[in-house]
Amino acid sequence: MSELFFQYLMAGLTYGMIYAVVGIGFNIIYNATGVINFAQGEFAMLGGMIAVSLVGAVPLPVAIAGAVLATMAIGALIEIAFFRWLSGPSVLRMIVITIGLSILIREAALLVWGQQVRALPYFTGDEVASLSIGGARMSPQVLWTVGTCGAMVVLVTGFFRWTTAGKQMRACASNRVAASLCGLPTRNLVTLSFVLSAGMGALAGCVVSPITYTQYNVGTGLAIKGFTVAILGGLGSSLAAVAAGLVLGQLEAFSVSLLPSAYKDSVSIAVLLAILFVRPTGFFAARVAYRP
Amino acid sequence: MPLVEVAGVSKRFGGVQAVNDVSFRVERGMIKAVIGPNGAGKTTLFNMVSGFVAPDTGTIRLDGHPIHGQPPHRVAARGVSRTFQNIRLFAQMSALENVMVGRHLRARSGFLAGMLGLGRARREDREVRTRALEVMEFLGIAALADADATRLAYGQQRAVELARALASDPELLLLDEPAAGLNMRETRDLARLITRVRARGITVLLVEHDMSLVMDICDEVLVLSYGEKIADAEARAVQQDPQVVRIYLGEEGC
Amino acid sequence: MAVAVAAQLLAVYSGKAFLLTQLTMSAYYTLAVIALSLLMGHAGQISLGHAGFFAVGGYTSAVLTTLDLSPRRNEEIVGVLARVGVLVERAELYGGQVLVVHPWVAFLCAVALSVTLAFAVGIPVMKLKGHYLAMATLGVGTIIFSVALGTTWLGAADGISGVPAFPLLRNLGVAGGASERVANYYVAFGLLALGMLLLLNLVQSRTGRALRAIHGAEDAASAMGIDVASLKLRTFVLSAALAAVAGVFLTHLNGGIGPSEASIMKSVKYVAIVAVGGMGSLWGTLGTSLALSFFSLRGWFGAFDDAVFGLILVAVMLFAPDGVLTLLPARAAASRSRRTRAAPAPEGDGGYELPVALAGQRPGEEGR
Repeated sequence: MSELFFQYLMAGLTYGMIYAVVGIGFNIIYNATGVINFAQGEFAMLGGMIAVSLVGAVPLPVAIAGAVLATMAIGALIEIAFFRWLSGPSVLRMIVITIGLSILIREAALLVWGQQVRALPYFTGDEVASLSIGGARMSPQVLWTVGTCGAMVVLVTGFFRWTTAGKQMRACASNRVAASLCGLPTRNLVTLSFVLSAGMGALAGCVVSPITYTQYNVGTGLAIKGFTVAILGGLGSSLAAVAAGLVLGQLEAFSVSLLPSAYKDSVSIAVLLAILFVRPTGFFAARVAYRP
Repeated sequence: MPLVEVAGVSKRFGGVQAVNDVSFRVERGMIKAVIGPNGAGKTTLFNMVSGFVAPDTGTIRLDGHPIHGQPPHRVAARGVSRTFQNIRLFAQMSALENVMVGRHLRARSGFLAGMLGLGRARREDREVRTRALEVMEFLGIAALADADATRLAYGQQRAVELARALASDPELLLLDEPAAGLNMRETRDLARLITRVRARGITVLLVEHDMSLVMDICDEVLVLSYGEKIADAEARAVQQDPQVVRIYLGEEGC
Repeated sequence: MAVAVAAQLLAVYSGKAFLLTQLTMSAYYTLAVIALSLLMGHAGQISLGHAGFFAVGGYTSAVLTTLDLSPRRNEEIVGVLARVGVLVERAELYGGQVLVVHPWVAFLCAVALSVTLAFAVGIPVMKLKGHYLAMATLGVGTIIFSVALGTTWLGAADGISGVPAFPLLRNLGVAGGASERVANYYVAFGLLALGMLLLLNLVQSRTGRALRAIHGAEDAASAMGIDVASLKLRTFVLSAALAAVAGVFLTHLNGGIGPSEASIMKSVKYVAIVAVGGMGSLWGTLGTSLALSFFSLRGWFGAFDDAVFGLILVAVMLFAPDGVLTLLPARAAASRSRRTRAAPAPEGDGGYELPVALAGQRPGEEGR
């Protein structure tokens, strides 16, 4: 019985970290532009798919790096093409645009890669569940996932807290007019926020791909879950997003023991609705104004 | 009984005490102004009286009934009407339609009556339209009835907003900086207008920076500074109060 | 409105009978879409799950009119209902007799269920703003879709079929048979015209003004005595009810319904159509919906159906957010000036929320 418990626990941890990373991606763009980027999930999908396409020709690490860079470029392109030149658009308009964008990206992916399910090869070892934690058997890929995501969270937090560019982004997010009056290149900083979110999403997509596979339409589900995490964490600090991600991951994982697995995705939606109805500002945003 | 009784209201926003233990009264048929430097808490006070903000402490009574903490539409139903500092006219509606919305509370037809086009709904609409036009005539802007409200000139928009506020036949009219952006002649016209409004039996409470308007028409003046009441007396007396002069009037002079 | 009727007659006599079926279907989708237009354009609320209500209506009616109760004929309640006329016998496709709910009763149940759901969902959802609202409605739509897809007694991925005709008059019923094509065409457009009439009346009425006021300046509307939350909720419920009605009739027309009617893509398509037609314009939405639904059903967009609507959505939102008609030069200037006149937030913010402004937006001009 306890092996099952650990099985769920590790599954929840793995997925939770992925959701946390996507959620942080939401946070970054939201804090920089006030827009919820519904296409966030597609970055993860693109990362996985591009890497799969590249891995035939180049070694795995290069493929992953290439995929991440390509997705970052796409993120920058999106910002430049769609967000930069709009002057004072309404929230409604932006929401609808990002939804449309996510659809377009998804359909483009369908066109390029078809409906096949793909996966990257395992980073180390192979599919055999060779690792054993608490009696639960799993593949070492789980450690890769948790480790990579954790590293990303740490790096991003450090970026915002200690590097000049990070501080500039925080200033820009806090008050764009004042920031530009101080001479900060606000437009580029916004682009940077997209690039950062895209890159993080892509890497997460790559690292989890061996376990969950990648298909042209995985983006939507990830977006909903990532958004849930972002809201749960109060659209603010990364740490809150991680906490929220882990919570959601565990809820989802353990729900399999109670409900038919067909409803697993509904769990995150139910959580989302619950938060939105009860406490839309999230549970962790109470004291902290903005500290990524 | 005074129409409006504000007792000990306070409001804090995060680290700022916007309004601190302010009390005052407005008698029926009076024109009273709230003045003070920027940041004195005037708009917050207004928002509390009109229901947009709930006071942390204290009470606000209209004709004896408590209205503090009630949402804006309930406060409006009690006979309070207001204008906004930055003109909040309804976009994509004509001036007349804007004023007709002001009279929303004087009719009752809802969804069903509206959809089916029932006779009662039509009758009520006619009445509302007639009254709205009357108010616009009273303010001299009847000619603007069919114009797109948000594309009118600034002074005209102010007039439409005032018409909208008057359309519901309120007991208390709250004017938030009605003279902002008006030149001297327009301000004088506004002053005449407000006194005519009072002559109809409506009590007026206004926030203003323009001292000529305030001294011209106001019976009493409440002076706020940093959220606290500095003075509350007849206009002449306030003008001569040395504390007030130092804090506020000193920089401008009348 | 007379114009619309005349246009129909022309269409009928142009000959190709099979086109009629698609036009009829378009009419029903359009009924749902104009209801959404009321919600989005006049009340200013986005709903990304509207197809869900359409599906709730359709599925309820489908289930009730196909669920055979004859095995339970001996139960007290079944007997009572049958005598009262709620349950009727009808011949099934393969010759047997089934005991099912009368289509009219099923219709009422479908609308009632949709309304109840809309209230239950609407009360918490209407308090949300902007992206929160969008996500909440998206979530609701997704749940409805998941339930439809995952529940066996709702037919799972295959949906429900064998739904009977919907009897209207003695010889007239809503069904998909070829012989009834013309009649059904008129029924559908008749219903659509009725819906348009009701909504147009509403928009001109006191309630309609109040809705437009909310859309124009929510705080000022509240100050005029309009109970904003209540009105938004009731508009949401009304638009859900209309979508359900459309769902019921389309289901009977097609003889069945499947989970794709509840999919998020469907909801997004509805939103795209409303956006193109102009959010404040019922007529614009009507025309756009009929056109786009028809093209989509005819298969003009082929496998790229979803992509086309996605593209339309993005393009419209980028270049003509007030609807395609604003691309005409005269209206374009009006629409642009209206957008830049957004008033800045009043000082001393506190008890009410203005729409979230984009960081860096230039403060509105004082309109001198």
